[in-house]
Amino acid sequence: MNAVRNRRQLADNIVQLEVEAPRIARRRKPGQFVIVRVRDGGERIPLTIADADASVGTITLVVQVVGKTTGLLAELDVGEAIADVAGPLGRPTHIENVGTVAAVAGGIGVAPLFPIAQALKEAGNRVLGVLGARSASLVVWEDRLRSVSDRFIVTTDDGSYGRPGRVTEALSDLLMEEKVGQVVAIGPPIMMKAVAELTRPLGIPTLVSLNPIMVDGTGMCGGCRGLVGGQNRFVCVDGPEFDGHQVDFDNMMARLSAYREYEAVSLQAAAAHRFGEEGCRLAEEARRAREQ
Amino acid sequence: MPENSERPEELLRRADELTPKERMAIPRQPMPERPAEERRRDQSEVPLGFDELHAVIEACRCLECKSKPCVQGCPVGVDIPAFIRLIRQGDFEGAIAKIRECNCLPAVTGRVCPQEEQCQLHCTLAKARKDPEQAVSIGRLERFVADWERGRERPTPETKPSPTGKRVAIVGSGPAGLSAAGDLVRMGHEVTVFEAFHKFGGVLVYGIPEFRLPKEIVDDEVGRLVELGVRFEANVVVGQTVTIDELLEEEGFDAVFLGTGAGLPLFLGVPGEELIGVYSANEYLTRANLMRAYEFPKVDTPIVRAGRVAVVGGGNVAMDAARTALRLGAQEVTLVYRRSRTEMPARAEEIHHAEEEGVQFLLLANPVAILGDETGRVRALRCVRMELGEPDASGRRRPVAVPGSEFDLPAELVIVAIGNGPNPLATSTTPDLKTDSRGRIVVDPATGKTSKRGVFAGGDVVLGAATVILAMGEGRKAARAIDRFLATGEW
Repeated sequence: MNAVRNRRQLADNIVQLEVEAPRIARRRKPGQFVIVRVRDGGERIPLTIADADASVGTITLVVQVVGKTTGLLAELDVGEAIADVAGPLGRPTHIENVGTVAAVAGGIGVAPLFPIAQALKEAGNRVLGVLGARSASLVVWEDRLRSVSDRFIVTTDDGSYGRPGRVTEALSDLLMEEKVGQVVAIGPPIMMKAVAELTRPLGIPTLVSLNPIMVDGTGMCGGCRGLVGGQNRFVCVDGPEFDGHQVDFDNMMARLSAYREYEAVSLQAAAAHRFGEEGCRLAEEARRAREQ
Repeated sequence: MPENSERPEELLRRADELTPKERMAIPRQPMPERPAEERRRDQSEVPLGFDELHAVIEACRCLECKSKPCVQGCPVGVDIPAFIRLIRQGDFEGAIAKIRECNCLPAVTGRVCPQEEQCQLHCTLAKARKDPEQAVSIGRLERFVADWERGRERPTPETKPSPTGKRVAIVGSGPAGLSAAGDLVRMGHEVTVFEAFHKFGGVLVYGIPEFRLPKEIVDDEVGRLVELGVRFEANVVVGQTVTIDELLEEEGFDAVFLGTGAGLPLFLGVPGEELIGVYSANEYLTRANLMRAYEFPKVDTPIVRAGRVAVVGGGNVAMDAARTALRLGAQEVTLVYRRSRTEMPARAEEIHHAEEEGVQFLLLANPVAILGDETGRVRALRCVRMELGEPDASGRRRPVAVPGSEFDLPAELVIVAIGNGPNPLATSTTPDLKTDSRGRIVVDPATGKTSKRGVFAGGDVVLGAATVILAMGEGRKAARAIDRFLATGEW
């Protein structure tokens, strides 16, 4: 069992958890993730390690509620525990000094991006931070990314905070103004795809971090495989980071939707269990809203 | 040979006095099975096991021959005639104790061992009757006493040996690891088993389905090891959470046994494997077994349920996947195998059970592509007809594609069950551990010693995908070598 030591609500449906996991805290490197199972009967999902404190033996996870399991995680109080946390998994980010790096985050992609940006900074790079979100209330960890950035831009799609528009527009301007040796982009697949398309014609190496559906996280099931350079690669052991110009994002997005109808059933069953029929109706409404 | 028509009760009364001729005349006792129609949609076990009467009568069939060829056929060397004699004498407690001297998972091996290729293959009775089907049902008798034992209150734990003060780390809680752990703890060593998953048992819990091996049996065996003093630690991915070097240098272990198994699924390498609805057998079975997706949405892990399912492969894992698909509601399950039935590597019993339950066999056919619809979901498996040519390196006739014979098998779910390689996570972070071109750890076959001092390995990570009992045999062998190494310090 891995007790929750600290919990902070970052936004309406985003929480930050500090979880006891001493072995993982000691070993983890930027870019790595854990597999968590909240409770008996729960599913195993991958979550990136956003930060760690080896001295107290905790790791930091940032969780956005998108389904049943993330919902259960977000409801955990301090003192409650996650049944299972396994890791650190995946290959650490390859960190080198390339001169100037653009670190681009979409939504809670900032959580996995922050330790990478931090390591790039420590390796001597000039770091250009870009953080985008749909609107002001969903901007999280702004201070952290800003703290390791030499230049920093925050954007919101609806213009409610920072520069209006998408991260790609801000990045595009930066790429015109500065000689950027590498881009690291982490966020929703559609955002990573847009960044990769922006940098492809410019020939700027672009690292993305994939977050597919996983079961074991150790290369045993192959469920997380995705097409990279036309080859099936296992994200859990070959990744999670890949050359964004090689990733087939459309296939990846399709695979992420593999269980969409099952997820709706799962949420409905959970809602029915807790709130009866009214809960069912609300869950169904929420599902429709998400789909639109 | 005339079959013995004596009433069972009379036979039993004279059990100790039966002549070899009379023993030989006793017909092989049937083991009841649940009918295919009843079992094909649920997760309960298929064979029901012997009752006491049938077990004792079956035990009477053993000729107790001096040469004991059956023992040579057993990878862990169980004294088979001795435990069968104890069953015949009604001493079930003695019988299970006799098995446990060599085999710490009797309820498991009694179910999943290919006895017809091992102990029973060598049975003198079968040779005398010139019919391999007439061998003494050693596996069923083993299962009988193991189940009898489980049905009783656990006897007081064995007396503990005096501690040696040596510590052994076992990596992986599958059959090889459990077997090694059981032996080492009885030798007085302090044993910790590290498992990457949240549950212990390795392939016994993620791979083999509930209807073939109820999970409570594995839990029970793990519980016994805990009582003996073995420590179990879940969610430790050795190679990632902690390296082998750290176990030896920082965590104070004197030896390490690697039993990490064959957990790296092979795919076909044909177009379309990235489509939704294509699973490795590992993923399909792990979702169904370890994660209990058949109880979804009561549990949270989903599994694709489809009307038409194609399973590629001809081994036991392919049979397990096909039969699991039936139990998850599939209307049509087709097993696609590139050779003919005679070359199928699965056990005859598994093939028979699958057929009885309605799995269709598409033989001499090989997938060339998986076809999808516009949403990226599987709609069919494109196959080509095969014919058998000259024998290949494995001695089996090599299948050759028939040009222009492509056809499409409609399916919404495709499960690839063509084998597994060793999982490289633990080895890849230990540079001085020698592996072969296929990723298997290279060991001294007599001891399980690897190229790295203090590190031993056994089971599928050495053998490639093999059987539960072979892995257990490897675990025992390594345990003896580890014990010697800990005592002498000689490598």
